[in-house]
Amino acid sequence: MNQFIAPLAGGLLLGLSAIWLLISVGRVAGISGIVWGSITGPDRNWRWLFIAGLLLGGAVTHMLIGQSIPSPSGAPLWLLAMSGMLVGIGTRMGGGCTSGHGVCGLGRRSPRSLVATLTFMAFGVITVFVLQLINGVSS
Amino acid sequence: MKAWPALVSGVLFGLGLTLSGMSDTAKVQGFLNITGDWVPDLIFVMGGAVVVTVLLTPLVLKRAAPLMADSFSLPLTAALDRRLITGAILFGTGWGLSGYCPGPAVVSLLYGYKSTFVFFIAMLLGMSLEGRVSHWLSHSER
Repeated sequence: MNQFIAPLAGGLLLGLSAIWLLISVGRVAGISGIVWGSITGPDRNWRWLFIAGLLLGGAVTHMLIGQSIPSPSGAPLWLLAMSGMLVGIGTRMGGGCTSGHGVCGLGRRSPRSLVATLTFMAFGVITVFVLQLINGVSS
Repeated sequence: MKAWPALVSGVLFGLGLTLSGMSDTAKVQGFLNITGDWVPDLIFVMGGAVVVTVLLTPLVLKRAAPLMADSFSLPLTAALDRRLITGAILFGTGWGLSGYCPGPAVVSLLYGYKSTFVFFIAMLLGMSLEGRVSHWLSHSER
């Protein structure tokens, strides 16, 4: 049971973060859009502050609260590069990621975000399934 | 609009991503591994986040304007088109390959792992190439 408390608390914080950004400055807390917008602008200032806050929040969790730092990904670097490329192309093409579509878009009851979320979850599941198959064969 | 509220939002988001386990790629891939050794924890992350936004977003949007900006800046596109689906397919596939989506990738830069930097740089490269890829896709289907 305890293993679910941290994920639930974290999830509630993600939701509150999105609501605060919306009620304070009227913006969507979509990380792919914030990262890309911080480079290509306009309105870069709030995006850079958001990213700075993201790192600060992570530092608080691991340095002050003392939660252990996760292990590095075991995937080879070429696979990480491929994964990053797909995430970069896909989030710009689809107009959002887990946060923009998943957390914020579902909150607005956006049909686009529901379709996007179901699609990327499904393909995440399929991809891990295929990775398991390949690993099973090679080991 | 004021910029400082974004810092507050970023801190909450960074806390949420790391406390919840979303910055642990093994846990994320374990969550997506529903046909194998499924790690259910992260269903509570999405669940907790969406309960908050589903309940509170309509109340916020009843306001004429946000507290510290002139107007709400919400996505205007409504179309359920091929771009949306193709993008979500590519993103989901990339997410499954590493367990990284954009938020956790940014916060994981803190850990100083080479793997995170490789992912992050490739993600920025992918974002910058999206226009060309989309152009190529829309021409190759004819």
